[in-house]
Amino acid sequence: MNAFIQKFIRVCVAAPLLVSAVAFANSGDVKLDRATVNPNDQASLQRGARNFVQYCLNCHNAEFMRYSHLTGIGLTEEQIKTNLMFTTDKISDPMISALDPKDAKAWLGALPPDLTVIARSRSPDWLYTFLRSFYQDDKSPSGWNNEVFKNVGMPNPLHDLQGVQLRQQVGEKIGHHGPEPVMKLVTPNAGAMSTRDYDLFVGDLVNYLAYMAEPHKVARQQTGIKVLFFLVLMFFVTLWLKNEYWKDVK
Amino acid sequence: MASVPKSNSAAANTIASKALGWVDARFPLTTLYKEHLGDYYAPKNFNIWYYFGSLALLVLVMQIVTGILLTMNYKPDSLTAFGSVEYIMRDVSSGWMIRYMHSTGASMFFVIVYLHMMRGLMYGSYRKPRELLWVFGVMIYLALMAEAFFGYLLPWGQMSYWGAQVIINLFGAIPFIGEDVAVWIRGDYNVGDATLNRFFAFHVIAIPLVLLGLVAAHLVALHEVGSNNPDGIDVKKHKDPKTGTPLDSIPFHPYYTVKDLVGVVVFLAVFSSIVFFAPDMGGYFLEYANFVKADPLKTPEHIAPVWYFTPFYAMLRAVPSMFGSQFPGVAVMGGATMILFLLPWLDRGKVRSVRYRGPIYKKFLAAFVVSFLVLGYLGVVPTTVWGQLPKALPFIGGADTATLVARILTVVYFAFFLLMPWYTKIDKELPEPERVTG
Repeated sequence: MNAFIQKFIRVCVAAPLLVSAVAFANSGDVKLDRATVNPNDQASLQRGARNFVQYCLNCHNAEFMRYSHLTGIGLTEEQIKTNLMFTTDKISDPMISALDPKDAKAWLGALPPDLTVIARSRSPDWLYTFLRSFYQDDKSPSGWNNEVFKNVGMPNPLHDLQGVQLRQQVGEKIGHHGPEPVMKLVTPNAGAMSTRDYDLFVGDLVNYLAYMAEPHKVARQQTGIKVLFFLVLMFFVTLWLKNEYWKDVK
Repeated sequence: MASVPKSNSAAANTIASKALGWVDARFPLTTLYKEHLGDYYAPKNFNIWYYFGSLALLVLVMQIVTGILLTMNYKPDSLTAFGSVEYIMRDVSSGWMIRYMHSTGASMFFVIVYLHMMRGLMYGSYRKPRELLWVFGVMIYLALMAEAFFGYLLPWGQMSYWGAQVIINLFGAIPFIGEDVAVWIRGDYNVGDATLNRFFAFHVIAIPLVLLGLVAAHLVALHEVGSNNPDGIDVKKHKDPKTGTPLDSIPFHPYYTVKDLVGVVVFLAVFSSIVFFAPDMGGYFLEYANFVKADPLKTPEHIAPVWYFTPFYAMLRAVPSMFGSQFPGVAVMGGATMILFLLPWLDRGKVRSVRYRGPIYKKFLAAFVVSFLVLGYLGVVPTTVWGQLPKALPFIGGADTATLVARILTVVYFAFFLLMPWYTKIDKELPEPERVTG
């Protein structure tokens, strides 16, 4: 390969990398757990869609997600209609909660945020940690608080499954300003699910949220491979063409 | 039989040449082709830095085409804008690809333009007789910033909204008339539907028209004076006595068309890698907070402009407000872009290219590049990123380290330009070669 091409590639690759190498400081001080997001695991996505419709859709909307797009996770229209659609009969309708926005404001103080692209504004890791970090807090108006979202207005809709967590002191450590309590979430009374099953339940749900945020992600990557393959081919063709013409330049 | 195709093609040739003659008698088609491609002679020693001009043209065309396709489904209305972008991403056939091409194209346009400007700086391409060429280029850069700023409001996400709010408020810092100017730009007392509508008009019509005109002027000026080269020497000094063309130059077509084609393919490979595998580029090309619909009642924790504006944003934050006014920072930020116009008249060196410049110029150029990059980084992060200086230090004790660094680098940025008449004059330059060195 010609030296100039090598140099050119180096500059072209280095420029965007330089930009992305600049690390972004995240404001959260709680360490996030890793969510397993796999848009090819259709069984997980289908379980996640069921969890989403059963729990999240009671209060939240997914205003820009049509039921018909659930065919992308391997469901037939018939399956979607019988198992997942409860608030509408039209498969092209968006996923809208049955909760009246007026009631939502009265009961919760604010409209629950739309969840269509929540996995793109908050990362899947954040959502995965958030949904497992609720604890009972008598000082908060809803009776709930959250480790990664201080004084969140949302009550924990999944406490039956997880069991009610409490935030308790489990020890002491020496911080910058003397001894600091070490706090940890504990579950004195187990819920309907074991911790492992609950983590899997939330994992499926987050996987679905990630799918819903970008339904064409798999198609995007598959197209990308074809495009890059074509461009690599074109690279050799154009390089050959260039070398043929430049033979007579001295 | 063998003679039949031959006479056919000969007939076709005469028809084609007759048609061309017919056009040429009415429109200078052949003349234009010769002036700008076939007989446009360019130095033969262009290196990798010379790809970014044609690539910028490619991205411009791509942005126009994808932009037209996006307007077919986008709705410039504060109630429906955010949803219409999601509609494009989900329901429009290949809409996601068109949208990602447009958003990636915006960022890559700036990557290319910054590298293109760096080339001009290094090889002295702004020097006589190319001053106007450079001035048109700086105007293109300013128009591009306006285009990007107006376009960024259109998805109507939180960053769109608050970014526009912050930038428009800067105009409010202008003494006496500022507030009225800000209201005039917004068309309202806050960023709202009226703002979105006019920004749409600017983004899809007004600024693109200006951009196209400037690009045409940039190219006409380039082809009038001829391209510079990595040696920064005048190739027209040595001409072939028979043909009258410069000895060290070759026709743009076919030589540079086929060479630029390789550059196009490599660029498209980088571009596609982003579009198809990392369209948000870790939050730099598409900011995460912009996936939340604009909410005038909820200010995001951390408002950062998109990466290509951050060097100037860091300067704005670095300058302390004086007499309770933000105006000095705004003036510095504006000055940092406007000073580019003066470059051709600040440089008093005898040679053009960095290859034959003296050690002082090279150090200043290096300091300038470093200050631009570090300022770019500092504009992305909160000012507390490097902690505070020890309290015991006189004057500066307890201040944010990053703010102090940004102040020093802002001075370095301006020193590169303002001290240029002095240091380019006293610098010990090397002798230029007579002919290009490759």
